[in-house]
Order: sequence, then C-alpha cells, then structure tokens
Amino acid sequence: MNNLLLLGDEAIAQGAIDGGISGIYAYPGTPSTEIMEYVQASKQAAELKIHCKWSANEKTAMEAALGMSYAGKRAIVCFKHVGLNVAADAFVNAAITGVNGGLVVLSADDPSMHSSQNEQDSRFYAKFAMIPTLEPSNQQEAYDMAYTAFELSEKLNVPVMIRITTRMAHSRAGVQRKAVKQQNKLSLPSNPRQFVLLPAIAKVNYKKLLDTQAIMNTLAEESEYNRLIKGSDTKLGIIACGIAYNYLMENISSNVNHYNVLKISQYPIPHKQIKELYSLCDELLVLEDGYPIVEEMIRGFLNNGKTIHGRLDGSIPRDGELNPAIVAKALGMAVSEGFPIPEVVRKRPPSLCVGCGHRDVFTDLNVALQEYGTGRVFSDIGCYTLGALPPFSAVNSCVDMGASITMAKGAADAGLVPAVALIGDSTFTHSGMTGLLDAVIENSSITVIISDNSTAGMTGGQASSALGRIVDICKGIGVDPNHLKVLSPIKKNHEENVRILKEELAYNGLSVIIPQRECIQTFARRKKAERRAAGKDTD
Amino acid sequence: MKADIILAGVGGQGILSIAAGIGLAAVKSNLYIKQSEVHGMSQRGGDVQSHLRISDKPISSDLIPQGQADLILSVEPMESLRYLPFLSKKGWLVTNTIPFENIPDYPAIDQILAEVKKVPNHIALDADAIAKDIGSAKSSNIVMLGAASPFIDIPFEKLQEGIRELFGRKGDEVVEANLKALKAGRDYTEKSR
Ligand SMILES: Cc1ncc(C[n+]2csc(CCOP(=O)(O)OP(=O)(O)O)c2C)c(N)n1
Repeated sequence: MNNLLLLGDEAIAQGAIDGGISGIYAYPGTPSTEIMEYVQASKQAAELKIHCKWSANEKTAMEAALGMSYAGKRAIVCFKHVGLNVAADAFVNAAITGVNGGLVVLSADDPSMHSSQNEQDSRFYAKFAMIPTLEPSNQQEAYDMAYTAFELSEKLNVPVMIRITTRMAHSRAGVQRKAVKQQNKLSLPSNPRQFVLLPAIAKVNYKKLLDTQAIMNTLAEESEYNRLIKGSDTKLGIIACGIAYNYLMENISSNVNHYNVLKISQYPIPHKQIKELYSLCDELLVLEDGYPIVEEMIRGFLNNGKTIHGRLDGSIPRDGELNPAIVAKALGMAVSEGFPIPEVVRKRPPSLCVGCGHRDVFTDLNVALQEYGTGRVFSDIGCYTLGALPPFSAVNSCVDMGASITMAKGAADAGLVPAVALIGDSTFTHSGMTGLLDAVIENSSITVIISDNSTAGMTGGQASSALGRIVDICKGIGVDPNHLKVLSPIKKNHEENVRILKEELAYNGLSVIIPQRECIQTFARRKKAERRAAGKDTD
Repeated sequence: MKADIILAGVGGQGILSIAAGIGLAAVKSNLYIKQSEVHGMSQRGGDVQSHLRISDKPISSDLIPQGQADLILSVEPMESLRYLPFLSKKGWLVTNTIPFENIPDYPAIDQILAEVKKVPNHIALDADAIAKDIGSAKSSNIVMLGAASPFIDIPFEKLQEGIRELFGRKGDEVVEANLKALKAGRDYTEKSR
C-alpha cells in the first residue's frame, strides 16, 4: 500500500495537478480551503508553474478560470457552496459559452452547517446550468475524478462540477496516484465567437447545450462511478449518492448480496439503472448527503408510483448530514448505544482568540454606541461575527459576504441613524467595495468599520487581497478623507478610539473607520517562522 | 484488527498531531486508515474531535458509528465526556485531567472527574505534570498518546517510528523528548491498570 495519505481536498488538488491543470483559482471557504493551500505548498505544482494565487472573490476566480479555459488550458476553480452563489452568474453562463481547455468547478457543501450559514446543495446548481456533476464517495474517487474531469469537460464542451461535502473534504485516506498528464498548449477557441453571448450566438450555443444532454445521460449510464449491485431482496432497493454509499456499506458490508444497491457518483442521474432498480424492487430508499434532489426527481410531484423513502417521508431527517446510525435506522437495523452525555458537559462555542484586535474594536464600539442603544450594528462574515456572542453581544446581523455595508445603508435609508457596518479586510475586498460606492454616492449616514487584521482569519489566515490597500481603495471610491480614520485597536487607546467613534457616529454622512492590528494567529506563525529561519527554534 | 478512535479536545490544543502520529504508525504497519478532522470555525477555541479508524480490512465510513468506538482519547477532561455516545460498552476512555477553561460556566473539575470515573474502563492522568517532569512541557499531547497506546492494537515500535517521522524535521532533540513523552504516558497506564 505505497500510497499517499490525503484529505479529500488534497486528493482533489493532487488529481488536478496530475490531470494537467495550468491554474487553480479560488477564494477561501471551509471546507474547500485546503485544495488551493495544497497546490500552493506543492513543489510539483511550482515546478510545473501552475498558477495558484487566491482571487478577490469567487466570481473573479470563476471568470479567471474561464479565461484560462478560453486560452486552451485546463483550470479548476474551488470554493465553498455559498461561494457558488457569488460566482453563479459566471458559472451558469460558462455552461452556455462552453469551454476550450477543460474547466472544473469544485463546490464544497457543508450539510449540518459546521462552518456555514446554510446547507444548500450544489448539485441543484449543476442541474440548473445543465452540466455534469461528479460526487466522489471516497478519497481515491476524489483523486480519480479530479484527474479525469478535465477530459470530460473538453469532450462535452461544458464545465464539469465536482461536488463534495465536509466529511469528504476533511477526511484522510490512502490514495494511489496516476501518471502526470501534460498541460495543454496555448490555443484560441476554434470558433472566435464561441464566448460572445450576444442573444443570436447564445441561442445557438444553448441549443448545442440542450443537444449535449443526451450524451451526458449516456455517459452517466456508462460511468464507472455509477454501479448497480444486484442482491436477493426484492422488497427494498437502495440508491446511495456520493459519500452516503460509505455509510450504507458500513452497515451492510457483511451482507452485500442482500440488497439491490445503486451507487451514484456521476450526474445527470443514470436513468437506465434507476429504471432497472425500480423494476426490481417494491420500494426504494434514497440516501444523499444534502438536499433530497434525487429523491424528488424519482418521486415526482404526483408521487403516484412505488413508495420512495428518504428525507421527504421522514425515513431520514430532513436536514443535517448523514452518518452510519441514521442510515442504520432507515434500514430498520439496530443501532449500538454508547454512554449518555453527562449533564455537567457544557457547550463550548468558538470564540475570539485572546489577543485578537476585534475584541478591542467591540469594546470600543459598545461604549461609543451606548447613547444610541443596541440593534444597529450590521456585521459580516469573518471572525468578528463571533462578536454576536457574549461577552460582547455587539452585532445584529450576518447574512452573506459584503452585506454589512449595504444593509446598514438600507436601514439608514429607512431612518435608523446612525447605522453601523462592521466588516473585515478580506470581506471588504471580496464584496464590500461596491456597496461602499452606493453609500458614497448618497453620502449615507452610516459608519463603516473595516476591522483590518491583514488576513482572512476565519478560514485559517490566507492572504487578503486588501493587504495594504484599504485606505487607497476607500479614497479611490470617493470616501471623504476628513471622515476616513485609521485606528490602532489596543487597550491603551480605548478612550481615544471611543472619542473618534463617537464623533463619526454623530456625523450625518458616511464615515469609514479602519482599526488595524495583525491577526494574533498569523502574527504568532510569522514570528515562529522568523525564529526558525534564524535557527533559534527548537519546538 | 480494527481500532476506532475518537480524539477530543479544544481547538488549538493540537489533537491533529496525535492523529498524525497514529496515522503514520498505521501506514507503517500496512493498515487501512480513515481519519476525519474538524477544520474551520470551531478551531477558534470551540470543541473539536477527530474520528480515526484503522483496520486490516478496507474501511467504509469516514465517521465511526455511534456506540462502536474502541477508545476516546481526550486532551481535556470535559471534552472526553462529550463523545461518550460513541464509546462502545467495552471501550476505553483515556483523558488528561487538566481543564482548558475558556467558557464562563466551566463546571467544577471534581464533577467532571466523577463522571469520568463512572465509565467502567477509564484512565485519567495529569499529562501536563508528567510532561513537565520529564522536562518537555510541550509534549503533553504525546504523553496522552502514550497513555492510550496499550489500547491501540499497533506495535509500540511502530508508534515510536511514527513519532520519529512526525518530529524528524524539528531535530533529534525534539524527537527524543517526544519519544520520552510517549514512553512516560505508556508507563503510567501500564502501572495503573
Ligand atoms: C461567499 C463566501 N465565501 C467564503 C466564505 C468563507 N469565509 C468566511 S469568513 C472568511 C474570511 C473573512 O476574512 P475577513 O473579512 O478578513 O475577517 P477575519 O476572519 O480575518 O476577521 C471567509 C473566506 C463565506 N462564508 N462566504
């Protein structure tokens, strides 16, 4: 077993490198972050000169990857599921333009919301865009799919989605590599108007996409990733999608010849095998780690065929990720019991690090806002969202990246003055800048705090596109320099910072305040690296 | 052979290096392995766990089924209790006794240890003190791994090889300190069983 022990994310990265990519584009987001990080740390990728820099957001990443495809080379773009919302315009239209070099879109879903604000299922997006999806059931498949998906993309002339969930992304197992493929040569699309989506051209492209659907169906039916495993039981047939197959096998591997099982890891769903399974069995159980998309498709609105069990009839909980016990229960099998959790066990929610600058920002802001009362701080997505929890209880919203500034503006338009927006540096360049322009144009009565820790802290300290640029960006967008203040959020400056905040809160127009202090985690890592470089570190 | 292990602790306490140590030992023993980790939000001081599965046969699920873990290895006492529903009735609970208090309502340590003692098969040790005693305060994690090692069906030498590889990059001194920590933890358990 001379193989690599890789996270699902890492297996995808290695598969893409070996599959001949010339570039990876991404914006960090749990559980997808480690894909880009693996390529950035890979010597092989460096030797192959694979482009691997973070993008400002998922839309810019998706478009850059499409540009690389236009130029004939293979590219992968990676993000978490909600990142696909940001990239959606480019994503859906990339199915209409088609590709030149192979293009793979990796979207990492987070059922059970371990680190996310929802548990949307990316397979819906792929169906919406009418492109194929590959959904690995184990790390080897994750590698193999990333390795071959570029050829599939080139063959079908569409982007191909790889969809994973948190457990696949962050679970390690042995992976066997394949021979490294050559990168594509630079080449222009053979049709110079392929990527020009004027209505007249888009209509032609769209017809082509529709015609390709039949080929996608056939390929899914013939795919090595989709398998009908015959059994003796004609009562219950089981469909297991992606990683759900593992949870099923955990329960029935000692008795594999019993059930008829259809493993699905390539979409569109394989019609032929589903029909066959349907005809073999009296009832079906559908297992999928995400929304009941396959279940809904088979059941249909009228639901007048055979009984279909799954998330919609309560055989499986309607929300949350799957696990072996949930699947066992759905199969009517006994579930082993451990010991109960003793009552003394308390919740331990994540919290801001000791020594984090956001802490001081909250302390300063809470005092400065006292005279106005609570309920007017619109926050965003990042470590500072934890300011919603005690002891600070300082923020009142967290919706999607960039929403702080625009929601504050809307609330101020409604008369909630002053309204405060609190946003991080990486989130600001991700999608806060355009909203700030809206506020500049109307000189809205909001106070925007860009709490700048020089990194994307929440996802583990990736490079921030905002680094060293925030003040210039704000000036460039048109923020009045008299109401653009940079602070140092340390205890010693508490009173001074409160004074400045109060002044700007009282100002009837747009202010931007930028507290700057390096993230304590990246600071510690930097110091350690410096010590190591100087040969002083023994730990 | 099969070992289903839940590793538990608080984000930042470094349970992943324990997982890596066992993982390397498993690979050296030509065993199958699956290890699911927690990345992301809860790494900011929240509760974190890792499911580590080792077997001489291929492993299906990345997650350990409830009630089937052979071992809970926790570097923090309250966290050792959080995953009890996963522990098999015959399984072992091995935990450090030194609390990591980063919440306002952290319970009294006596109450926590009383619950630990209710688990039929348990080992509770002050790994921080043992690590300090052997002059390697930073190695309490590896002391814990040593303390749990009698319950992991992998030859001790393979664990030692795993530690050598894990810390090799940091020089001989660090490797030796951690091998000592591993042995000290193992000795504790062997004596108290
Ligand atoms: C659309 C989208 N992309 C990515 C993420 C993942 N994500 C959450 S917070 C964060 C980083 C935020 O960095 P910053 O704004 O600088 O704040 P910090 O965490 O450093 O305080 C990222 C990338 C997300 N939730 N939504």
